[in-house]
Order: sequence, then structure tokens, then C-alpha cells
Amino acid sequence: MSEQTKNVPVLEADHLGISFGGLKAVSDFNMTLGKNELVGLIGPNGAGKTTVFNLLTGVYAPTEGLLTINGVPAHGKNTDQIVRMGVARTFQNIRLFKNLTVLDNVLVACSLSMHYSMLEAAFRLPRYWKEEKKARSKAMELLKVFHLEDCADWKADNLPYGKQRKLEIARAMATNPSLLLLDEPAAGMNPTETQELMDTIRLLREKFDITILLIEHDMNLVLGICEKIYVLDYGKLIACGDPQTVINDPKVITAYLGAEEEGGETK
Amino acid sequence: MTKKTAFSYGINLLAVLILFFVLLLLNQQGIVNKYVLGIMTLICINIILAVSLNVTTGCLGQIALGHAGFMSAGAYTAAIFTQAGVIPGVGGYFAGLLLGGLVAAIIGIIIGLPALRLRGDYLAIITLAFGEIIRVIIENMTITGGAQGLKGIKKLSAMGVSLFGMNEDFSAFAIVFFLMVISVVVMYTMMVSRHGRAILAIREDDIASEAAGVNNTYYRTLAFTISAFFAGIAGGMYAHYIGILGAKSFDFNKSIEILITVVLGGLGSFTGSVVSAIALTSLPELLRQFSDYRMLVYSIVLILVMIFKPSGLMGTKEFSLTRLFGGRKNKSSQKGSDTQ
Amino acid sequence: MDALLQFLRQLINGLQSGSIYALVALGYTMVYGIVKLINFAHGDIIMIGAYCALFFITLLSGAGLPVWLCVIPAMVFCALLGMLCERVAYRPLRHSPRISSLITAIGISLLLQNGAQLIFSPNPQSVPKIFSAEALTFGSFSISLGAIITIVVSIAIMAGLQTFVKGTRMGKAMRAVSEDDGASKLVGINVNSTIQLTFAIGSALAAIGSVLYISAYPQVQPTMGSLLGLKAFVAAVLGGIGIIPGAMIGGLIMGIFESLTKAYISSQLSDAVVFGILIIVLLVKPSGILGKNTKEKV
Repeated sequence: MSEQTKNVPVLEADHLGISFGGLKAVSDFNMTLGKNELVGLIGPNGAGKTTVFNLLTGVYAPTEGLLTINGVPAHGKNTDQIVRMGVARTFQNIRLFKNLTVLDNVLVACSLSMHYSMLEAAFRLPRYWKEEKKARSKAMELLKVFHLEDCADWKADNLPYGKQRKLEIARAMATNPSLLLLDEPAAGMNPTETQELMDTIRLLREKFDITILLIEHDMNLVLGICEKIYVLDYGKLIACGDPQTVINDPKVITAYLGAEEEGGETK
Repeated sequence: MTKKTAFSYGINLLAVLILFFVLLLLNQQGIVNKYVLGIMTLICINIILAVSLNVTTGCLGQIALGHAGFMSAGAYTAAIFTQAGVIPGVGGYFAGLLLGGLVAAIIGIIIGLPALRLRGDYLAIITLAFGEIIRVIIENMTITGGAQGLKGIKKLSAMGVSLFGMNEDFSAFAIVFFLMVISVVVMYTMMVSRHGRAILAIREDDIASEAAGVNNTYYRTLAFTISAFFAGIAGGMYAHYIGILGAKSFDFNKSIEILITVVLGGLGSFTGSVVSAIALTSLPELLRQFSDYRMLVYSIVLILVMIFKPSGLMGTKEFSLTRLFGGRKNKSSQKGSDTQ
Repeated sequence: MDALLQFLRQLINGLQSGSIYALVALGYTMVYGIVKLINFAHGDIIMIGAYCALFFITLLSGAGLPVWLCVIPAMVFCALLGMLCERVAYRPLRHSPRISSLITAIGISLLLQNGAQLIFSPNPQSVPKIFSAEALTFGSFSISLGAIITIVVSIAIMAGLQTFVKGTRMGKAMRAVSEDDGASKLVGINVNSTIQLTFAIGSALAAIGSVLYISAYPQVQPTMGSLLGLKAFVAAVLGGIGIIPGAMIGGLIMGIFESLTKAYISSQLSDAVVFGILIIVLLVKPSGILGKNTKEKV
């Protein structure tokens, strides 16, 4: 990112909202993410967290409000366009290209930075080889970050669960994002794996200088690594701030009533 | 290009040449006669048809039931072009094929752009509908000869081509054979590239592919168009092999026949489609006395394959000479290196 | 006045063939609703039903009984055939990818069609009259008995089926299975027999459709089912697949459109018009006239 754009927020959501046939799933959602921040989005089940992700990534077109990514208006754009603008994501229920190899999973996402035409590929002209080689080494490097380099030739479906989650993050990273959205990255992980994941997330932020927004139910993870937390309930933001303030906020406690006050909700 | 890929390119090229020269030798010995050459020409055409449908159905993962429509568009275009005699001789043949492919591809885009918003069953049905509409239109146009069909198309073997002293019939076959090889190789190399990976990614999970930056609409249409283009080429080759065209021969049943070939070969497997096209074209010729039972047997085989081995003959795998000769060490290179 | 009479006549024709489409479309819709499968073989079941009916017409007229009774054995036979197809070909594939079951359905269709060609020869056979040639006459305008029976019967069946699905235990089981077969099993519904019943009803309706069809177009041949089936399928999609009243609406619209095209535009293009309608519906509202739009959950 150039000097000039340094102070432009990576993502700005301004009164974003969506209704499905009269039902307001998310409304009046405001969020500003600065460069290199690590932010959590929490809320009870059904609060609309994933819907927010879907709004930010163009899966749903917002019915109200504005979305700006790196200073460029992004509302109404398609998912792949938003990816090009620098927002990558993972999914709550892992979505890999199951029958492709681990390496190919990452290479699909590398495609954005590969430059050769269909005809160059058809006749295997030099640029094809050059670009493929470049992309392959970039993909392998990414796999190394996630300790997946030894399974590069495996079918993605054959990876153990924890590695599938990692591969999904690796694939997202291959699009060169400036903002990474993680949807419950620790779901289904045991405490050791979660700990490992926290290290990886921190590492990602430092190594690639990106902003990370994550949805998570595991409060240990959220409180452990996030500098700022947004709390969503019934499609509305009810709190936002640093972790300690947020978890002591009476509104948040009420929203989580039934679960333990201090991040007991595990899933 | 690494040593490994160079080796595999070499070995496959060698295999193609050996096959060709064996056929040439057999032809000169009189074992491969005109009748057999005819069947082999049909095999080549059916290979292109099957492999091209495999791009849509195997790689993109969408059933298309209107492939014969693209084939007929190419067939009529090429035939009308050579009949007009703009470019005489075999040059006109090649130009006609290319034009046929382009017309089919354009129709592919026109159909694909709206139709590919649909998925699965609905897409299958809408391609069926488009295929039938193409047929009805051809039947009702005068330039295509209407319901009577288009007669007197100059056959390739009658164009007076003689390559390297080979006889006319074998020269015609040689042209078809190498066109087939080039078509299959080009479709394969297209699919083992960033474009092909995007198409496979859509097949695997179209929500995830978009999130990985793939423009789904573009690549869906691309796969469909490539598929249509080569079906059009195959159609043009068919027109100049058979010499007479009737819209009835490009109906729903023809589309189904191509689909059966692809499914039996294994959805997504290029070599599977090739093997299956060879088998399904030559077997009926070998078993002529049972020709009444052909479709019956096809249908039973189709059902049994779906129940017991839905992945078809080859699954999504490719038969690889490199693996056969290159030892077991590189067995993980199935997708990584360009073997076929 | 003549023009108006002519138009009315075409309208009645359209309603008659539309009613047949509707009956056949019900079979598509019910099967699609419950197992999400386009049963390509449904059209060929009609064909088998027609041959079966033809066989019994000869027997019945020999015994001096009313020939329309042939509908009963045809229904039984088709119902059994439908159940057989389900048991042998579709059930093993119920949880495999949609593409596999679709291809299997195409396979069954080819099997029935080519089997019929071997058994009955590919040549068309003509069918004796099923309903008497009487007609209701209003001045210079008349409606044939066949047309009236066709329209009335199919409306009655549609209403009956709707009551069955909404009101009875079996009907509720059907709706439950179409929502979620796993959960249905948990609440004690026999999923397999419910699906079998659906196939049986759908195929029996196809048999009724086939008898009404050969009463209007007195000819049977092995390929008669494919185009009829396809048109009925278009009708089902048009009305909203999976929705019973949708099949009726779709069928009637299709029939009227087709008969008006044949009369006023071109009989050669009528098939193209049918497919044109399908394309437009799929592009504009794939869920059909009565359908609801659904989007995949991310």
C-alpha cells in the first residue's frame, strides 16, 4: 500500500444493513477497520455475524448503507470483485475444493496474480511456464507457513480437520488480501489446536501486514488475540471497544444471559 | 519446462506417432481398408465430441443435454461454407471447420450467458430445450435444406488431398486424426492451467471459488464456449465425412449418446472419454448383428455403471504413459505435471 | 363470429391436451418434490401405460365390456412399474450426487423406450375409439365427450390429490419426507415406502394420462412418451415444480399455448414455442409461477 493511502481505513461499513423479505437481519452496522488491526466480532447464535461477513464480501448485496474497501466504494460488487479489492474470507463450515490437491486449492486463488491467456496455456507458450512456476513457488511458500507443504499433493478432502481449516486460510491468503475475514476459525478444535491457531493468526498479521476480522465463539481466543471487539445481537451492534470494556458492558452480559458472563460460551 | 514434463510430452507425442504409423502400415498392407478407415474417422469425431462435452460435464460439473445442437451448428456452417466454394479444396475445409467452431462457440455464449445462471437439473433441461430449438430452426431454414437435409457436401476424401504419397482415403483420415489429437491436447492443456483450475474450482464449490477470486460467470461461460467450439469443429468434420446432413440426426438422442460416452469414461477424465469413445464407436460395428439391441445394452450399462461405479471407467483420473514408463516414483504428479 | 368459434374450439383443444399435460406433470412434480429427481423415465411410463391400455382394450371389447375400463389395469401396471424403477434404479442412488441419479433416469428412459421397440416394434399401432363420438352441441358449437371427460377427470384428480397430500397421514408423511428424509425417519415415518407410494401414484396418474391421450390421438408407438413427457415436464416447471396446483396451471397454460400456436402461427414451430416458453420461465423465474425463490445458504 502506498504512503498516500496509509491512513485510509482498510474497511469502512457505514450504516450497512440487509433485510430478507421484511425481516431485518442486520441493520445500522458501522465498522471501521484500520491497517494491521486484529478485531473480533462476537455475539450470541443467530445474531447475524455470518450475515455481516456475507455483506462485507458481496455474497449478499446490502439493502442499505455504504461499504468502502481501501477507500473504494464496494457495495453491490460481486464476491470475486471484492476479493480483487483485497478482502478474503474463510467459511464457518469449511468449503474446500475437495477433489483438488492441496496445492491446486491454493493455486486457484493465486490465479488473480497470474498473467497468461488461454491461448498461451493451450499451446504452452513460455509465459505459461514462467507464470505457473512463479505461482507454484508462491503457493508452496504459503503452504509452508501453515505446515502443509508435505501434503501438497494430497486431495484436500483427505486432510485431517485441523489442516483443512488451515488450508482454507492459506487459500484466502493466496489472493493477497489486505483484510482477512475468518468465520469461526477455531470451531471444532481442541485447546492445543486452538492455541496453535492463535499463533498462526498472530504470525499472519505480522508476516503479511494484514488486517484480520474474526468471528469466534471461543472467548479465550477472542480475548487472547483481539485488540478490539464488536458485539452483535439481533442484527445490531450493541457494543464495541477493547476486550475488557466490552465483556464488562451490561448490555453484552444481558445479550449473553444464559451463558457464563466471562466468555463461557464454548461450542 | 521441467525434465519430467518434457519427458511426458515426448513420450505422449511418440505414442501418437507410433499409433499413426502402425495404422499407415496396416493401411498399406491392406488390413485397414476403406471401411475400417471410415470407422476410425468416426471414432476421431466422437472422441472430440466426448472430450468437448467432458469440459462442461466433467470439469465444470454441469450436465448439458444439447451438445448435438452445437455439433449441428458447426456441421451446417462448415458444409454451407465449403459448398459456397469461397476457398477451394482442403483450405476451404479447414476454414469451414474453424468457422463452424466459431459459430457453435457464439451460439454457446448466447445460450450460456443466460442458461448458466441455472444449475444442475435446470441447466440440463434448458440445454435440452436450446438443443431442440436449434434443431427446429435448422429444419425450418432454406439455407440448411430444411427437413430434406443438406445433400452433396464434398467429402474430405474426395478433395484430392494426397499427403506424402499416401492414398486419398488415408490422407483424409490422417487430417482427421491429427485434428483430433490437436483438439484433445488443446482442451487438455487449457484445463491444466489457471483457467482450467478455476473451472474445476467452480465444480467443487461455487461459493468458495468466488471467495477465492474466481469470476464464476466468466469461467462457466468459458467452459461452455470451449465445449461448444470443439463440438462445432467435430460437426464440421462429420459433415465432410458423411456428405449429407439431416437435422434429425442431431436430436436429443445424439446428445444423450455423447453424454453416455463421457459418463462411461468417467466424468472429468480426458483419457476416459477417449477410451470410451473408441469403445462405443467400434463395438456396435463389431457387433452389427446385435444392432437392434445396441441402445438397450447402452441403457442397461449406463444404469449399472451409475449404481455400481458412478465415477465411470476412469473416475476423474487420467491414464498416463509417463506413469507407466516413468516408474512409480512420480505417482503423485497426476495433476502437477502435464501428463497424458 | 366464425373467428370466435374457431378460437373457442382451439381453446377447448388446448384445455384438453393441457389437462393431459397436467396429469403427467403431477407425476413429475410429486417425484421431484420428494426425491429432487427429474424422472426422465416418466414420459416412457406413459408410453408403457398406453400399450397396456391398448392390450386391455382388445380384451375388453372382446368381452363386451366398456373399453374405458382399460384404465384400471393400466394404472396398476404403471404403478408397479414406477415402484420397480424406484426400487431397482433410484433407491441405490438416493444419496449420490444429483448428476448420477439424473443420468440413471435417462438410462431408465432409454431402457423402456428401446425395450418397447423390441417388444412392440417401432411402428405405430392405431387404437380403437375409447369414448363414443357423442358431443355436446350449443348451436354451431360442439364439445366432444372425450374433451369433457379429459378436463373433468383431471380437475377432479388434481383436487383429490391436493386433499390427499394436505389431509391424510400418508400425504403428510410425503410432505415431511420431501422436507427432510432424515428427520422423517426420526419421527417414525417409513421413508422408503413413502417414496414408493409417491412413485406409484405418479405412475398411476401417468396411466390415466396415457388413456386420455390415446383417446384424443388414437395411436401408440415406443417414442410417443418422450415429447409428451418433455412437454409435461415443461408444464411442471412452468407451474413451479414440487407444487401440485402448479402442475395443473402449468399444464393448462402449455396446452392452450400449444394449440393456439398450431392454429395461428405454425404447426412446425409449435415444439419450438413450447421449449421457448420453458427457456423464458427458467430465465425469468426458475421456481415457476407458484414457486418461491430460495438461495443457497452460505
